[in-house]
Amino acid sequence: MISIRIVKREPLPGWARILIPIAAIIVTLILSAIPILIAGGKLWKSYYFLFYGALGTRFNLLETFVKASPLIFTGLAVAFAFRAKFWNIGAEGQLLAGALAATWAGIYFTGVPGFMLLPIVMISGFLAGGLWASIPAILKTKLRVDDVVSTLLLNYVMIHIMGALLFGPLQQPGSSWPRSSEIIEAAKYPMLLSKSRFHLGIPLAFIAVLIILFINKKTIFGYQSKAVGVNIKAAHFGGINTTSVILLTALISGGLAGLAGVGELCAIQYRLIKDISPGYGYSGIVIAMLGNLHPVGVLFSSLFFSVIIVGAQTMSRMTGVPYYIAEVIQGMALMVMLVFLLFTEFRIRVLRK
Amino acid sequence: MIGEILNIAFITGLIGATMRMATPIIFATIGEILVERSGVLNLGIEGIMLMGAMTGFLVTFISGSLWVGVLAAALVGMILALLMAFLSVFLGLSQHVSGLGITLFSSGLAMFIYRLHFGSPVIPPIVQPFTQVAIPLLSKIPVIGPGLFDQYMLTYIALLLIPLISIILYKTKIGLKIRTVGENPLAADTVGVNVNLTRTLCLVAGGALMGTGGAFLTLAHQNMFLIDVIGGRGWVSIAMVIFGNWDPLKGALGAIIFGFLDGLQLRLQGLGFRVAFDIFLMIPYLLTIVVLVGVSRKASVPAGLLKPYRREEKGG
Repeated sequence: MISIRIVKREPLPGWARILIPIAAIIVTLILSAIPILIAGGKLWKSYYFLFYGALGTRFNLLETFVKASPLIFTGLAVAFAFRAKFWNIGAEGQLLAGALAATWAGIYFTGVPGFMLLPIVMISGFLAGGLWASIPAILKTKLRVDDVVSTLLLNYVMIHIMGALLFGPLQQPGSSWPRSSEIIEAAKYPMLLSKSRFHLGIPLAFIAVLIILFINKKTIFGYQSKAVGVNIKAAHFGGINTTSVILLTALISGGLAGLAGVGELCAIQYRLIKDISPGYGYSGIVIAMLGNLHPVGVLFSSLFFSVIIVGAQTMSRMTGVPYYIAEVIQGMALMVMLVFLLFTEFRIRVLRK
Repeated sequence: MIGEILNIAFITGLIGATMRMATPIIFATIGEILVERSGVLNLGIEGIMLMGAMTGFLVTFISGSLWVGVLAAALVGMILALLMAFLSVFLGLSQHVSGLGITLFSSGLAMFIYRLHFGSPVIPPIVQPFTQVAIPLLSKIPVIGPGLFDQYMLTYIALLLIPLISIILYKTKIGLKIRTVGENPLAADTVGVNVNLTRTLCLVAGGALMGTGGAFLTLAHQNMFLIDVIGGRGWVSIAMVIFGNWDPLKGALGAIIFGFLDGLQLRLQGLGFRVAFDIFLMIPYLLTIVVLVGVSRKASVPAGLLKPYRREEKGG
């Protein structure tokens, strides 16, 4: 009889850890052929338009960066939280909280000098997202409420808070749609390149990657946050105040997600609408995993995802394959990456008895 | 105003709406309890329900038979659960992440297949949905009769599942095996229970229930498929498992309380109350969190939950 076992393997060298995500992406792209073929798309034509749509022209390439910005923020948010084993599945709600606060500041803080408004808007968004994330962190540390469930449920609470405000106090006067007034000019992100939507939020996302990298590698808090994630009991006995570490981790994580919302509001929509996020918070989970919870990994997997999201629009238009293939590919990417990660630690053994 | 709320027609209607809104949550909660008692947390639930909702609708639309649609939804739930089993049981990957992966993948897949078949119609296609079946005599009981006993067949099935799964879990040998695998997989293995097979079978059975719960939403509660048809009901079910302390009866009770709040919100809207719609929609989620705060401290989580089981194996 033959039985299959999964057994520990020797640790892989460093270069393999970089090659693995790349291999996972290649395998995902190959597997994407299945839904493309089922949808009746011609294989090479579909792949061509997928990449042409994302990278083929200056405008498309810049659009890919525009899409990457919120994904980098939510990906960092999730990765930073997961590293401390704070299961923040609530980046979507935190993003909305950030957008909500930024809307409020961007409409009503007309009294502050112009150059100060944008920083205020961004800080409001960061704090709103961070505070919204600190609710499940407090529930987890003080009352032992499962963070997966509480962060998920709070997403729906935030969606409805936003809905109530958009039909209530924040609704544009005279409008019957659930949307706010436009934020004032000084609250908008500056556009950095002509004839495109390449805005301030894109370099900010790259800077955020560097900041999180710095926190992770060079600060005591970054070390403590990781220690809590590896073994919370050991961290506690080692003298780390685990409660405040988790709280601060949640605050930063939620704040990053909040900044994704600020960017979408202040650079893309200019007014709050219900559909301000097409699920960036959930994509952030996949991106964080695909990036192996490493900030630079998050950066590259966000770019990969925005290629898929932007490219899928062109592919859909040119080949008739439904646009939702982008989400199918995202889901497949996560599962492929999981399997690949497993085989960095384990290998399959076939036993004959 | 008070008179409008307290009249008998309103109460009867509210009982009916409660049971309707509770049905998908009961299916999903009981399915998840079965899975978690064997030691696996299935966060794929939200996506599996969406795939169930889409598949049930699509197959009914094509075949013209509602029950074929329900069966297809259950089958799709089982297939996705098998995928979950491959990742989290066979490969032993993180249950959190595998489950979320299943949800993301299934959500995308559901929309993809729907668009593939229907394109982007201006008016969403509809099916002739299930109709209520009145139970003779019982449905004639004043006030509660029409609410409780003039319901959809799937609602009756959901209610029957509560004692059925309770009996299986607590009174049968199979149930004992499941619970042992969930509490102490090593001990179960020692006495010859196949841990990973038991977990896989529980996942598959649970997946069927989750898929069916999703199908209820597109084939009975509504007659069309919309992208937000599940709207977090899978996550609510996960919360109900904790609320019910991993017991089918208590979990179903939680589902009915959620159904009551959801039904109340619907009925009050129906009466044209000028209350902010979204605030009402928020209440069930908010109360679920409040309830979790109350029960989480004394929760008795299955000891083997979240832990993949691998037999100790020497390298050579």
